Amino acid sequence: MTQWLALDWILAVVGGWLLISVAGMVAVRRLGLVAHLLFPLGGLLGLALAGLALAALEGAPQLAVLPIGLPSLPFHLRLDSLSAYFLLVVGAASSGISVFAAGYFRKGEGTAPGLLCLEYHVFLVSMVGVILADDAYAFMVLWETMALSSYFLVTANHRLAEVRSAGYLYITMARIGAIAILLCFGVLQAGTGDYTFANMRAQALAPAWTSIGFLLAVFGFGAKAGILPLHVWLPEAHPAAPSPVSALMSGVMLNTAIYGLLRVTLDLLHLRLWWWGAVLLAAGLVTALFGVVFASVQVDMKRLLAFSSIENMGLLFVGIGLSLIFASFGLQQMSALALMATLYHVASHACFKSLLFLGTGSVLHATSERNLGKLGGLIRTMPWVAWLTLLGALTCAGLPPLGGFVSEWLLLQSFLFAPALPLPLLNMLIPVVAAVIALVSALAGYTMVKFFGVIFLGQPREEKLARAHDAGPWERAGMAWLACGCVALGLLPTRFVQVIDPVTRQLLGADLGQRVAGSSWLLAPNSTEQASYGPVAFLMGILGCFALAYVVVRLLYHGRLRRGPAWACGFPFGTARMQDTAEGFGQPIRQIFEPFFMMRRELPTAFDQRPRYLVVVADHFWRWFYVPLIDLANYLAQLMSLLQQGRISVYLMYSFLTLLATLLVVMS
Amino acid sequence: MSFSGVLSQLLEIVIAIALAPLLSGWVNQWRAWLQNRSAPGLLQPYRMLHKLFNKESMVADHASSLFRMAPYLKFGCMVLACSIIPTLSTDLPLAPAADTIALVGLFALARVFISLAAMDIGTAFGSMGARREMLVGFLAEPALLTVLFSASLISKSTSLTTIVETLAHRDFAIYPGMAFAAVAFLMVSLAENARVPIDNPATHLELTMLHEALLLEYSGRHLALLEWAASLKLFAYSCIGLALFFPWGIAEARAPAAMLLALPALLFKLGVGGFLVAVWETVNAKMRIFRVPEFLATAFLLAVLGMLVQLLLAR
Repeated sequence: MTQWLALDWILAVVGGWLLISVAGMVAVRRLGLVAHLLFPLGGLLGLALAGLALAALEGAPQLAVLPIGLPSLPFHLRLDSLSAYFLLVVGAASSGISVFAAGYFRKGEGTAPGLLCLEYHVFLVSMVGVILADDAYAFMVLWETMALSSYFLVTANHRLAEVRSAGYLYITMARIGAIAILLCFGVLQAGTGDYTFANMRAQALAPAWTSIGFLLAVFGFGAKAGILPLHVWLPEAHPAAPSPVSALMSGVMLNTAIYGLLRVTLDLLHLRLWWWGAVLLAAGLVTALFGVVFASVQVDMKRLLAFSSIENMGLLFVGIGLSLIFASFGLQQMSALALMATLYHVASHACFKSLLFLGTGSVLHATSERNLGKLGGLIRTMPWVAWLTLLGALTCAGLPPLGGFVSEWLLLQSFLFAPALPLPLLNMLIPVVAAVIALVSALAGYTMVKFFGVIFLGQPREEKLARAHDAGPWERAGMAWLACGCVALGLLPTRFVQVIDPVTRQLLGADLGQRVAGSSWLLAPNSTEQASYGPVAFLMGILGCFALAYVVVRLLYHGRLRRGPAWACGFPFGTARMQDTAEGFGQPIRQIFEPFFMMRRELPTAFDQRPRYLVVVADHFWRWFYVPLIDLANYLAQLMSLLQQGRISVYLMYSFLTLLATLLVVMS
Repeated sequence: MSFSGVLSQLLEIVIAIALAPLLSGWVNQWRAWLQNRSAPGLLQPYRMLHKLFNKESMVADHASSLFRMAPYLKFGCMVLACSIIPTLSTDLPLAPAADTIALVGLFALARVFISLAAMDIGTAFGSMGARREMLVGFLAEPALLTVLFSASLISKSTSLTTIVETLAHRDFAIYPGMAFAAVAFLMVSLAENARVPIDNPATHLELTMLHEALLLEYSGRHLALLEWAASLKLFAYSCIGLALFFPWGIAEARAPAAMLLALPALLFKLGVGGFLVAVWETVNAKMRIFRVPEFLATAFLLAVLGMLVQLLLAR
């Protein structure tokens, strides 16, 4: 018997997931079996996948050919450092989400549990497949499987009309993106008719064609990642889906778009043009700012997180763009630093965004409320969910010493220490981009204070919230696993940088290896004199002062504490309705960034019998880009309907004319 | 890690903790004098802290543990901030743990926690204060970072100690970029420390409340720690300003004896700075909260402009 390689074991994990989905199909209505056996088993397989991917990071690329599909067109698979890293993220994040899902799905909510189990695991399998695919055929088949299976998951509550329309929007955008990716592969194979990635790597395309291929890839993968103006599906699809699915889509699936972009631009294409990087940088920056500004004014907690995902995808694009700019000028070391920041952020985003979505899932279950304005005070009834979500929120806000800060730090480092580039304009603009990124991350902090504060702090805004219950053990375990990820990414940056090193080495031929390995606790990409960050010492410093202050105050004075009603400046009529609402918290942002929004306000007058306050914040893109586009499509469809007379004689005439035309062409 | 390094690190922490209330007292004294009032003693902040520590802490019935832990956390953050900013010496063993970006992150961490704690009680004042604090924060934070970036671009480093060493040792040269940065920094530090014209530290009135609204529900030792942390923050910001724009007199690793000179130099610089703050607060009035975003956006744009000028002239 031959030795099994990591790729074979990973295929075994995939097989395991397929078996689970079949088992879910067999036991469609048996919730207990599906929830308490199949989902945890899936989570365990996810963990195994993460371990295998970690082991395969350093090794040489492994190839496999699966005889699936058409007779002469098998699936080519390839496991190299890039795919291993993304598999690691998929495995680690999905294991937490699967364990959470074991406690999440209940009876009588739309799709039957077994069916959900089938769709969920097919979704996982297709994501792994996309990352492993080594030819365009396999890639596209699995990419579409991913879109379809997630479409069915999004529409799990298909009895609600808004869920169905969100699903429709999602699948439409997925289709448009897929067409662009297909065209991109068409360009890349350069007319050879051989669609394997190995062949694409070997082609030396003309620069114009390469650029066309690149732009198609940006469009296609940008549609999946939610880059402006292709972002409209995210804030619709994420709230519609059940929370574990939102977590999986936002934390894991969006990363496949980043993977695809990296695969095409840095692996399959040889050319590195600086304006490619500038395109990505500009698109990413606009998207990040747009996403975070919209996130801060949302009143639906899952929509808020969806916009925050848009922001983070924008930041990832910025990182890739910067990496491309450096690579185009031959600055491999700086390019590796920017790519490192990007890949680090992929991991931390997967952890914190999944965690936050799972947190909203638990809140949704406990209160059946998604509107921030009707929540509040849940830290007292749901302490587990609250504290774990707080970790996720702090990571999302990019605060030290957690995972989000490390990637932000690395990204800012690569912006600040850009050596002189031959283009003066670029030289000037790159540090300014760093300032905008600082603004984006500060706004993310604002958004997260709003998100966490309004949901978990204060007094309950509705009576029913007093009866909210904490999450069950499965849900807690799943969230705790992801929270551990956030903390570990924050505290052990040197360790994780070494994990990512093989990827930058594969793509750019440079890594941070030696320079980082010098010190185990201090992250210093160049030298300690230039910049360094030691999260463990940082945390110890804060906690040390915390503990010292706590002890010294008690030793020198006392630790007496009295409980009483809240003071509130002595104002005696305070009710829970007088707290700041989500709308109120977003008000300064609405005012400052007014041109960003299309706002509709209904303000009550002093004489209203039933005063009503309403603010609807909409997106300019929908009104000025999508609505005209939809109108155009409708108009064209109506023109086509002129042909559709509904009488058989007319159709026969069409056939006759077509035949005649064909004959004419053939004869000439 | 040398012995003198550990010594200067400890000395710096002790000096910061001990002197921070004195700086607040100094500013308050001068402000009272300039406003023709009889001033409280220079040691009034210490008496205040002592009184508060002696008092019992009164906590709302439904306050969560987040509320009780936030003052300690903020105090810890501010002490750490003061220990990585070179006030007396650049020979600080803790400094490599956090560069300027992490320092701004540290301030942000403290701000987020204190805002969350203010929202925890669920009174109208607390959540309003939290919202305003975060509003100031999200505009001031990037401005502060951009100011620090300008300095980083000169010294090719984001480490504060390296920045100070470079700036202190350079030949006398005028950096027009740093002039913009200095104005931006001044605006940011006024906003961050809740001074006029953003907030009035002398009142509890509702319409002027920013910093005070956050502390409204605190009492006893919690309030004492928060007040102390606020004066530490003022101290930290003053020291960042001095380190960036007046770095002379700060001792270096090669000359530990200069520490003896560094303390009087620091006291002198802080004394002058505190006096100027008092003058500023006397001749200016607080602005409406609606004007604050404009003020801070100006600071941010000035900082960006400073960075651009810096880059334009450097090449």
